[in-house]
Amino acid sequence: MSTTPATDLPTITASLSGWGRTAATTAQVLSTPDPELIAAAVAAVAGHNADSPSHLKRGIVARGLGRSYGDVAQNAGGVVVDMTALNRIHAIDPDAATVDVDAGVSLDALMRAALPHGLWVPVLPGTRQVTVGGAIGCDVHGKNHHSAGSFGNHVASMQLLVADGRVLTLTPDGSADDPDASLFWATIGGIGLTGIILRVVLNMTRTETAYFIADGIVTKTLDETIAVHSDGSEANYDYSSAWFDAISPAPKLGRAALSRGSLATLDQLKEKAPKLAADPLGFHAKPLFDLPDVFPNGLANKLTFSALGSVWYAKSGNYTGKIQSLTGFYHPLDMFGEWNRAYGSHGFLQYQFVVPPAAVTEFKQLIRDIQASGHYSFLNVFKLFGPGNRAPLSYPIPGWNVCVDFPIKAGLHEFLHGLDARILSFGGRLYTAKDSRTTAATFHAMYPGIDDWIATRRRIDPDGVFVSDMARRLELV
Amino acid sequence: MIDATGNPQAVLLLGGTSEIGLAIVKEYLAKQPLRVVLGVQPGDELGEAAAAELTAAGASAVDVLEFDATDFASHPGVIDAAWKLADIDVAIVAFGLLGDAEELWQDQAKAVQIAQVNYSGAVSVGVLLGQKMKAQGYGQIIAMSTVAGEKVRRSNFVYGSTKAGLDGFYRLLGEALAPFGPKVLVVRPGQVRTRMSAHVKEAPLTVDKEDLAAQVVDAARKGQTLIWVPPTFRFVMIALKHIPGPIFRLLPL
Repeated sequence: MSTTPATDLPTITASLSGWGRTAATTAQVLSTPDPELIAAAVAAVAGHNADSPSHLKRGIVARGLGRSYGDVAQNAGGVVVDMTALNRIHAIDPDAATVDVDAGVSLDALMRAALPHGLWVPVLPGTRQVTVGGAIGCDVHGKNHHSAGSFGNHVASMQLLVADGRVLTLTPDGSADDPDASLFWATIGGIGLTGIILRVVLNMTRTETAYFIADGIVTKTLDETIAVHSDGSEANYDYSSAWFDAISPAPKLGRAALSRGSLATLDQLKEKAPKLAADPLGFHAKPLFDLPDVFPNGLANKLTFSALGSVWYAKSGNYTGKIQSLTGFYHPLDMFGEWNRAYGSHGFLQYQFVVPPAAVTEFKQLIRDIQASGHYSFLNVFKLFGPGNRAPLSYPIPGWNVCVDFPIKAGLHEFLHGLDARILSFGGRLYTAKDSRTTAATFHAMYPGIDDWIATRRRIDPDGVFVSDMARRLELV
Repeated sequence: MIDATGNPQAVLLLGGTSEIGLAIVKEYLAKQPLRVVLGVQPGDELGEAAAAELTAAGASAVDVLEFDATDFASHPGVIDAAWKLADIDVAIVAFGLLGDAEELWQDQAKAVQIAQVNYSGAVSVGVLLGQKMKAQGYGQIIAMSTVAGEKVRRSNFVYGSTKAGLDGFYRLLGEALAPFGPKVLVVRPGQVRTRMSAHVKEAPLTVDKEDLAAQVVDAARKGQTLIWVPPTFRFVMIALKHIPGPIFRLLPL
């Protein structure tokens, strides 16, 4: 084991929070493209003694692009490794449809690099500004969850730097370093607490174009929204999700604008959009502008949200066979770079949950109660998940997945505390990439595989070298 | 940790039988269970009752540590012991003496005692809490000051002067700690209905300790650094500070 003195670690003191800008804590941040230096940092933390600087006594965790909403990539008083500097794309293999990348590569960079080779990132979350390592750590999902599962389903292998300094090679079906694959699956969705992912081979999706062929449906009520998701039509599309109205009272409550589609074939593109077919794999979108950081607290309220919602609703519509770019189909918010600033300095809190399909009556009541709560949410996403995977801390399970945003204000804690209990009782759960306030007891009860996960973690990291604020809050150490 | 809605997991109360301090802890407990560590003066018979009261209010664990405000050499050990139990998210500095104002300014031993408890003791633990929270990268200190420390008045100037010192120390401790993450909230109440003030004639703007606690916890959640309880006192004090000395001396304050 390396014994690099801590004072040699080129860290800077930085205040870190999640995308929701709540509960900031201060850590020593190491930003380096050098895996040897990352290993030295892990060794310094693992080998700390009573005389070591205090930050070496408070663990270490990797951080990507900071798009998780809560405290998953923070480590108060300890060391945080900024992985975004470790961002080389080592190989793109069009024949095998794989890529070999450093964990700090963003999905945006990967997508732009792989597209000319006819390869598509197999799972894209609501933003492409996440790293490959972060996408694995939270086992992110996208609009294609019902057809493709979550990000972890597409990892062919990964290299994991563990607490004792070894770099292990992990694969989904087991490897010499991990015969039963328990460490691989504990790392998928393992929020960085099994080690630091350094490098990943990813199975990509082949595509002929960078465009979607999409159908849009607008529903008028919550019942209709649920019916459209339940009539079997979802199977006709690789990608599907909906924006829904959580502000208007019933009967408008739960009305939704569904956007469903699949990657367009070259023939489809030629037929529907011949101009685009000249450069079928081209992708040229840039963020238009960052929102300035001057939004007053309270701007995000029922009035502004209702107005925005109506515009959005009018803009969506019923259409079939429409060719759309990725930004239009998938990432409309990317038109605004730093859109989280619109909530003001108090920040906001994203609440995402999934409840099993059978709990549809309870699910409808939850939506009604959210509308009636006085906590107004504009960015509401609705998706019916497909099957989950083996990872004990992976969020997706089959069921109704909903994501809502609430500005931080009085009474929010109590309201969400009540929702937690109900979601738990329906067999549902919350998502580590979004959570910033649930309790350890609730979280543990929501994940039946948590004891297995904790056992794997303690085996690979018995001294708790890898720690985060979320790990402390949710008692995952 | 302190979550996104401001709920802590572990709270340390120095002055573990302080009615105001306990009311603040209970206000936190009303939101969700948490671990509580009480620093209680050796021999204070109310310590056990305070622990039982908090357990009944939903605390997941209550530990009682001996804490003698004027045994300065013992303070590092007390603070270390608290942090051995848990990362302390919120530390409340709520110990203090009031004394008999007319006796205090004429009795050297008693004046020294109140100065040591209210000021030196508070500075001693403040330095230690600051260092722990600086290393921890976050944390909330809540220091109980008083409006009597903002404008020291003839009627209780020994007490008032000790709190003036505490107030200045903690406000600037907050500024010193800000780059490292921890936050300090200085609370300036007027009169609060407690044992300490039971023998004193009730002043205008007197509040119940539960009202004070609600205001304190709300301010901490919002990251405020200085509050008056009730808020009106802020303006009362501005007015008092601008009364010319010769007139102020004639007022029965």
